[in-house]
Amino acid sequence: MDQINQLLKLLENAESVEIDEFRMDFEELEINLAPAIARTVQQTVSRQQAIEKSMKKTMLKAGDFKPPIKEYPSKIAQVQLGDGSRKPVFLGGQNSLYRFEEPQPNPPVVTFDVFDIPMPGLPRPIREHFSDVMESPGEWAKKAVKDYGANLVTMHLIGTGPKVMDKSPREGAQAVEEVLQAVDVPLVIGASGDPIKDPPVLEAAAETAEGERCLLASANMDLDYHRLAKAAVDYDHAVLSWAITDVNMQKSLNKYLMKDGLKQEDIVMDPTTCALGYGIEFSIDVITRTRLGGLKGDPDLQMPMSSGTTNAWGSREAWMKKEEWGPTDYRGPLWEIFTGLTLMLNGVDIFMMLHPDSVRILREIGETFTKEYLSTPTPEIDNWITELE
Amino acid sequence: MAKVTAMDVYKLLPQTNCGDCGEASCMAFATKLSEKKADLILCTELDDKSFKKLDNLLVPAVKEILIGKDDKAKIIGGDEVLYRYEESYYNQTLFAIDLPDDLEESEFNERIKTIENIEFERTGELLKLDAIALRNKSEDPSKFAEAAKKLKSSKYPVFLVTLDPIAMQKALEVIGGDRSLMYAATKDNLFEMAELAKEYDCPLTVFSPGDIEKMKDLVFTLRSNGIDDIVLDPGTLTGEAIGDTLDNFVMSRRLAIEDKDEDFRFPLLGVPALVRLNNEDDEVKNGTMEATIASTLMNKYADVLILKGTDIWELIPILTLRQSLYTDPRKPQAVDPGIYEFGDVNENSPVLLTTNFALTYYTVEGDLKSGNASTYLLVLDTIGKAVDVAIAGGQFDGKAVADLVKKCGIEDKVKTRKMIIPGLAAPLSGEIEDETGWDVMVGPRDSSAVPDFIDEKF
Repeated sequence: MDQINQLLKLLENAESVEIDEFRMDFEELEINLAPAIARTVQQTVSRQQAIEKSMKKTMLKAGDFKPPIKEYPSKIAQVQLGDGSRKPVFLGGQNSLYRFEEPQPNPPVVTFDVFDIPMPGLPRPIREHFSDVMESPGEWAKKAVKDYGANLVTMHLIGTGPKVMDKSPREGAQAVEEVLQAVDVPLVIGASGDPIKDPPVLEAAAETAEGERCLLASANMDLDYHRLAKAAVDYDHAVLSWAITDVNMQKSLNKYLMKDGLKQEDIVMDPTTCALGYGIEFSIDVITRTRLGGLKGDPDLQMPMSSGTTNAWGSREAWMKKEEWGPTDYRGPLWEIFTGLTLMLNGVDIFMMLHPDSVRILREIGETFTKEYLSTPTPEIDNWITELE
Repeated sequence: MAKVTAMDVYKLLPQTNCGDCGEASCMAFATKLSEKKADLILCTELDDKSFKKLDNLLVPAVKEILIGKDDKAKIIGGDEVLYRYEESYYNQTLFAIDLPDDLEESEFNERIKTIENIEFERTGELLKLDAIALRNKSEDPSKFAEAAKKLKSSKYPVFLVTLDPIAMQKALEVIGGDRSLMYAATKDNLFEMAELAKEYDCPLTVFSPGDIEKMKDLVFTLRSNGIDDIVLDPGTLTGEAIGDTLDNFVMSRRLAIEDKDEDFRFPLLGVPALVRLNNEDDEVKNGTMEATIASTLMNKYADVLILKGTDIWELIPILTLRQSLYTDPRKPQAVDPGIYEFGDVNENSPVLLTTNFALTYYTVEGDLKSGNASTYLLVLDTIGKAVDVAIAGGQFDGKAVADLVKKCGIEDKVKTRKMIIPGLAAPLSGEIEDETGWDVMVGPRDSSAVPDFIDEKF
């Protein structure tokens, strides 16, 4: 009995005693003592269960952590814009979606919109930055590069539109020449969007800019894209291939352009930018599918992508004066940032934009794309709860 | 990992076609289950074992977590895919607004009111904020608890933001748990926070800034101790380090969805408010940057965001992006085609034309209503495409408009034969006149100018 009492006493503090060991001991005991033992055992078990229910206060190691890196069979073509007297800019060239999978070869870039007419319709937050240069495409381009750090400039030959000013292709080419003289960044050359007038306008511009490797904007199913392809081949430019949120239309057009002698390295795709709140989700889906299609091996989708981010300014939330929505000075640029950034995060490589603040922010974020994972100094945020104002 | 198919589900169902669930057959029920359109508990003939098996099979890749109680309750998580085109994203990102516990009483109450009252209407939907993140800035547990008490009656669920277990306990005590989101457990307070999460049955955030490997260990430890309601904060590093934040969010979600890594199958939380930490920039710069970070993280998988800015110009884009990201890509966004009437219409009222893309329709509707216009609106079936897209795609042409005019009966309702078409459809004006025999007026490009256009020109 002494033994039992000793045992029971022991069990009172039995948190660390293994039950198995205990059983070994009581095998030697008389059977008539069993109830007391049994009760004690039961108490011990339930105590143990209670302990198990509360925390085992040891930090556990979850096993090896492996970053989820995917292998893709194909690569996005790298397109060079700018040659001759331009400093070249490279687009595309990725073999993965994210930089943690593989260092990205080229950061996304921004091209500033410049027009061949003073564009009275531009929203005020943009006009106030450029009103002093809007009469001269050359000065406008210079300001975009010098003051706002444009990687490229887009010369929109809006004035050639039959319903705008119906300027001749030769006048358009002169505006292009003026901008080529004014800046040394690569050029995107856009026409007015008229299916009949655009081909001759872009042909004349291509000839003027021979050897400078511009991006001709844009080929689409509604106009004679053979002429654009030929102009690009003849004068060594790249072509923007524009489809309307439709992956199959995009594939067909790219195929036709390549039949006309262009290579993947000569094509940039514009899958159409629907602005924030105006169908941006369609653009997200098409862009995601296009990029994944290219990486997975579809040769008709292995080109970099472009976004006409300026479309954001057509959204009333960007430009419409309305007191209960706050100042357009702030929401306008944000609308352009959201539109561009969303598409950047889903794979777009080059952005046509208008507002200097939007451009700056997009570039800042875009530049992190080519840095390596955890290679920049980490801000100290451990104590943000008490340190944030 | 392959998605769960109706067949996978069917195999585990009783296959008796009893019909108790409301479906004609077990196969039909299986299809609905696999599409998340039915609830497993509707099946009356499942034994425990099969129920558990099926429940496990149907649980989403990212676990759903309930925040807030009763009519305040919101669900986060539930995602199955990395890209929305593959299916849809589920359970919209929750927006919580930061509320420091050291504000003067009047300022404190004012801020609660501001948060609760912010709303923005878009395409027939009222967009609002979701939660209040009470932050223990004072470092005083009693003050924190006192502030928490005031939030008990607020209309939104509460996040309790403190790393101090004593403050957390006091606040949980006064608020009664109420499924408040606890923020946060770190490597230094893990067990104390875990005990509280258990005691009060509240979801617990794990905060592991810039280190998702460590985060995995913390989550594993919590799970091993029976904690399953977890939210992950891999740290919102801003400035140049935003790339790292993005990497951490993407890796976490990829591990959850593609590898079914149990330690990552939880909703992700970001704190765009951190752009304001030790930052002397003005309110406009900070608000712009905060919104920028919010859009970055929302695009790449954040299920919860804590924001500080309450200016409407900052919140409108954030609310709009969320609405866009969470539309279901499998459903066309269209309204019914036909005739719609606004104001007091009669046989001389103007007739407008637009497409049945929901966004287009609701924008036009809003403008007609706010401009008090009395008019008929013809809505063309463009399979849910906007004006310019439908013209390019061939759904919007003279013939389609003529069909609509003949079939909808507008010619019985008005004596006039004059139609105002969208400015973007200007190139079609001749074609529409030829096909319909109506006169066509080209309206403004933006429908906000329509009411004035009617007054002046019609």
